[in-house]
Amino acid sequence: MTSPHLLSVADLGPAGIAEVLRVAEVFAEVERRSMPKVPTLRGKVVATLFFEESTRTRLSFETAAKRLSADVLSLAVAGSSVKKGESLRDTVETVEAMGIDAVIIRHSSAGAPHQVARWVERAHVVNAGDGWHEHPTQALLDCFTVRQVLAERKGVAPEELGVACFEDLRVLVIGDIRHSRVARSEVLAYTALGAHVTLAAPGSLLPPSLEGWPVEVATDLDDALGDADVVSLLRLQAERGSGSFVPSLREYTAGWGLTARRAGRLAEHAIVTHPGPMVRGVEIASDVADMPRTVVTQQVANGVAVRMAILFLLLGGELPGSSEVRSVA
Amino acid sequence: MPDVDLVIRGGTVVGPDGLARRDVAVGGGVVVGLAESVDAPSGALVLDAGGCLVGPGLVDLHTHLRQPGREEAETIESGARAAALGGYTAVVAMPNTDPPIDAAGVAAEVLALGAGCLAEVAVAGAITAGRAGTALAPFGELAALGVTLFTDDGAGVQDGALMRRALDYAKGLGVTLAQHCEDACLAAGGAMHEGCWSSRLGIPGVPAAAEEAMVARDIALVRLTGARVHFLHLSTAGSVELVRQAKREGLPVTAEAAPHHMLLTHAVVEGYDPVFKVNPPLRTDEDVAAVVAGLVDGTIDAVATDHAPHAPETKDVPFDEAPPGMLGLQTALPIAWEVLSPHLGPERVFALMSAQPAAIARLTATDARPAGHSAQGGPLEEGAAANLCVFDPAATTVVDPARLASRSRNTPYAGRTFAGAVRHTVTRGEAVVIDAAAQR
Repeated sequence: MTSPHLLSVADLGPAGIAEVLRVAEVFAEVERRSMPKVPTLRGKVVATLFFEESTRTRLSFETAAKRLSADVLSLAVAGSSVKKGESLRDTVETVEAMGIDAVIIRHSSAGAPHQVARWVERAHVVNAGDGWHEHPTQALLDCFTVRQVLAERKGVAPEELGVACFEDLRVLVIGDIRHSRVARSEVLAYTALGAHVTLAAPGSLLPPSLEGWPVEVATDLDDALGDADVVSLLRLQAERGSGSFVPSLREYTAGWGLTARRAGRLAEHAIVTHPGPMVRGVEIASDVADMPRTVVTQQVANGVAVRMAILFLLLGGELPGSSEVRSVA
Repeated sequence: MPDVDLVIRGGTVVGPDGLARRDVAVGGGVVVGLAESVDAPSGALVLDAGGCLVGPGLVDLHTHLRQPGREEAETIESGARAAALGGYTAVVAMPNTDPPIDAAGVAAEVLALGAGCLAEVAVAGAITAGRAGTALAPFGELAALGVTLFTDDGAGVQDGALMRRALDYAKGLGVTLAQHCEDACLAAGGAMHEGCWSSRLGIPGVPAAAEEAMVARDIALVRLTGARVHFLHLSTAGSVELVRQAKREGLPVTAEAAPHHMLLTHAVVEGYDPVFKVNPPLRTDEDVAAVVAGLVDGTIDAVATDHAPHAPETKDVPFDEAPPGMLGLQTALPIAWEVLSPHLGPERVFALMSAQPAAIARLTATDARPAGHSAQGGPLEEGAAANLCVFDPAATTVVDPARLASRSRNTPYAGRTFAGAVRHTVTRGEAVVIDAAAQR
């Protein structure tokens, strides 16, 4: 990686994404071991600063750091100095003063990780989701999972596919794109790798402007479904008020949910991803969620390997199980 | 005739009849002589103005001085000092203080604190009590103190019926209502201009329509009531066009634009630096061009700074949590010069920053001004109050936040260089700024 931080998928570029996927395969192998832990980041300290609720992302990052033998500090915002009026900047500077090597931050404000990256002196900053802006590691693990499925079907190892398997892949992103940080990161990641991205959403859930986005907007969801190689479903973010952007959940599901009927229009080979948490019966029918083509659990499992790869690439160390000695930091 | 105590020598006077090479003699707070060469009696202060424009002191219609209530961000004294360094000899203090200027007592306090500052401080009153948007503020008791401009700036008056009532009431008092045009529902949650950059950055946006909807409503209310409205800080092409049409129709409307809306676009938000957060937000290239065109063709009557100091800790937070606003007093004239002088002569640039805003705020020689206030806005002729701005177009202004006179540091121009620099400022005959340095 050329950037000292991972704030946006744009920090990586196609070569950086390819590198993350390659390194993540090495750690996916580590995860399959009976003792899935390597000494790569021994002595390093990783802090997770989650200013917004999270279950899977926080656990995933902390598991990744621990499997790399890093020490993990976890700032619980509830009950912390933040609640006593401490500013984000002071919180970050306090944490950095304890000698931490990486800050993994989730914040409800878009751009907060960019500001944190300006404030730190030596720590690496990883964006674990900032407002509606980006969630880079989610997009990376989505790419990783898609490649894994494609490789498995071809009976080859994923690294043999490189990133060529994304060339001309048709990706359809459905749902609350306006408020989705996953969508913004996915558009950047998939298009960087040569895929074609189509967005499908009611007008009120599309971003106000798509100027400069290398995407198309589906005019007919059913036709778009038939053309898609990958369908990325997004959750209707009721906690961000997106419920009021549609008349009712019932109408949303009828128009934009992946119902059993709509799933019938998918090509045989189409893969369905979802960043979780899924709301069954709203954006995805329960039956569809449980189909083999829906790879949600694989995504979660792969999240750890991808986040190990990010921490490794940012903090340096020795790649396990190989003679290759690399210092990337 | 009073004794000459100050001579400004070698400059080009921006006067009622155009530009002329003139020395200016000042005595007793009044311009007492304008001639190609003026003798300075011994003891008189002589200021060199070689290569400079000598114009009427600038008048800012839109200054947030933060006192009372936010003295850590700015005081009347520090804001007036910044104003003088920017070439201003008068500013209109906005009423969104704490408590707001919605009662005679607060207005009197601000006027009293402004007396003796480096620039004269006039006061705008609130349109609604507590700026709460529900009941009229006491225009009458405020007008008796010389308050002529009323605004809830920081927010627009959302209730159309209340705004209509305010206009009807204001008519009989000879005061002007100034609107911060922003439909609160359309703007709710927004932190930057809604467009390609907000969509990409994931920052909730404020659509141009939030401003234009209220400009259009208020133009309809002006048509209905016949009362005068001044539009604060126009920022969109649509707003400028609405005002252009209203003026063509002969409606009594005036408008101002801020230097940042003449220069910066929403693209500068890319790095999420809250120093670029302002309300109305920085908009598109097309909007900037429309604002400049509006100033050039006379649709917009005044350049007004919307100088909005914020203490550093309030801006050093995530973008959407930061308060909107940026410093403007010490950079306004160089920016206006850089942007407008390719299109307008010096007399027009000065008119946009002195005579026209002074007329809107009713601070000119023919107005009933607040007690003790001198006439602002020129014309620069014998007998006029000696409020002067000496501007050197050949010099440069380099913006160093640490060296600004404001108590705050939130300038969006840190490190930038502009063509032209304010050299001297004379307020009521006193050389308060000499060679870009405040004298007290």
